[in-house]
Amino acid sequence: MTTPLPLLPLTALAPMLRDGRVSSETLTRACLDRIAADNGRLNAFTQVFEEQALAQAGEADREIAHGRWRGPLHGVPVSLKDLLDVRGMPTTAASRVREGHRAGADAPVVSRLREAGAVLIGKCNLHEFAFGTTSEDSAFGPVHNPRDPSRSAGGSSGGSAAAVAAGMSIASIGTDTGGSIRIPAAACGTVGLKPAHGELPLDGIVPLNRSLDHVGPLARSVTDAWLVYRAMRGDRDAGLELEPRPSPGALRLAVPRPYFLDLIDDEVRQRFEEGLERLRRAGAVVRDVAIPHAADIGPIYLHIGLPEAAAYHADTLDRMPERYTPAVRLRLELGRYILAEDYVRARDGQRLLRREVDAAMDEVDALVLPTLPIPAPPLGAQTVMVGATKEPVRNAMLRLTQLFNLTGHPAISLPCGTTRDGLPCGLQLAGPARRTDALLHVARTVEMGLGG
Amino acid sequence: MTVDAWLAAAVADAERRGLPDLAPLLESIARATRALRDADWRDAADDRPGPDAPAAP
Repeated sequence: MTTPLPLLPLTALAPMLRDGRVSSETLTRACLDRIAADNGRLNAFTQVFEEQALAQAGEADREIAHGRWRGPLHGVPVSLKDLLDVRGMPTTAASRVREGHRAGADAPVVSRLREAGAVLIGKCNLHEFAFGTTSEDSAFGPVHNPRDPSRSAGGSSGGSAAAVAAGMSIASIGTDTGGSIRIPAAACGTVGLKPAHGELPLDGIVPLNRSLDHVGPLARSVTDAWLVYRAMRGDRDAGLELEPRPSPGALRLAVPRPYFLDLIDDEVRQRFEEGLERLRRAGAVVRDVAIPHAADIGPIYLHIGLPEAAAYHADTLDRMPERYTPAVRLRLELGRYILAEDYVRARDGQRLLRREVDAAMDEVDALVLPTLPIPAPPLGAQTVMVGATKEPVRNAMLRLTQLFNLTGHPAISLPCGTTRDGLPCGLQLAGPARRTDALLHVARTVEMGLGG
Repeated sequence: MTVDAWLAAAVADAERRGLPDLAPLLESIARATRALRDADWRDAADDRPGPDAPAAP
């Protein structure tokens, strides 16, 4: 059976577009058809740029026909979390607070995608202001998981993950402040990359926490994510392969088992351990390691994240509180009560965690752990049972990802099997500080080792 | 300010502002604040900037 065009990876589509075997207009129309067919069910998009996207596709086809192929993203439909500015269009942040907004300019990462020839097909739904992990609290209503629409797509970049998983766009751009790229990637069965902190510009993107925010791609494979990330960085390399091709036998990985694997859904744990076993059989060396103060991650994250979010929203919380969804408004208000002395204590803890993660990565290529301790939760759930323990959904979903926002290390989620109910599980890799490219090579190796 | 004093003041302020639903959230923050203040790493977390910290102006 032939895979439909919108479900092919970028690595397959790029040479087809380059060689004229498929046109950008055909591909873009195929994605638009999927949006028309499925967005009512999934609610992944807040805005669809049909007219503009077809115009961009036509222009890409003309350029390619005249021998001016710009690179792997040329003519490829890409969606954007509706937190990124696109000139002339509203940036809604999935909030009524933003009513009437219209962006005067593209965010720099959007400009770079345009320069790479990407077709901007639309903007994706999210948890309001990126302040949540389920993409339920949105002025546009909840995003539904393509694998099971009764469940969350994860968040906050839930629309982006759903769009990629459902073939509505070939890749998408999300943001990640506590796991908001990696969490929905894991929940929907896609790849999600959070590059190293500070590597990609955040201008033109509505902030959540200025010191913890990241922007990055969601895509169908590690190589696809690398191609989009490279374009977001402004690189104009036309290569399609993540070279040199590494060998699973050369991999050295460390599992931060204490804390991170203490409270995990049985099936998620099983898929993770099976994945590790496959990597070991392929020759990888996998050992255990500890982050000594992992138990303090939550308190440290809260005391930095909450006040930074509240600071950005202080004015609108006072002027138009009724425009926020109730749950997001309450969490933002919470941040106004954090004492400055506790924020400073948390920043001290953040520095300590950064050193501990650096130490844990000594002599290994990456840390490896699950992305989510649970499969995608049902929409509307406030708590979830993890084994015999009842836990708030938000706490569970952030538990394994937020550390790398605090420390700034690059991290990526890739698919690692499914539960009996067909819900995806994610495997997360975190790499050495500021070395996103090195992490992507490791991730490609792991992907191959897992059978991808 | 002790965590207990902070919590009492915060809950009273939230109620005065018409946000009684904040009370249980503030109580959960109080637990996190106690954990933060009781952490054994305070002496270890010195002021040296980490690898990703921006350079001082």
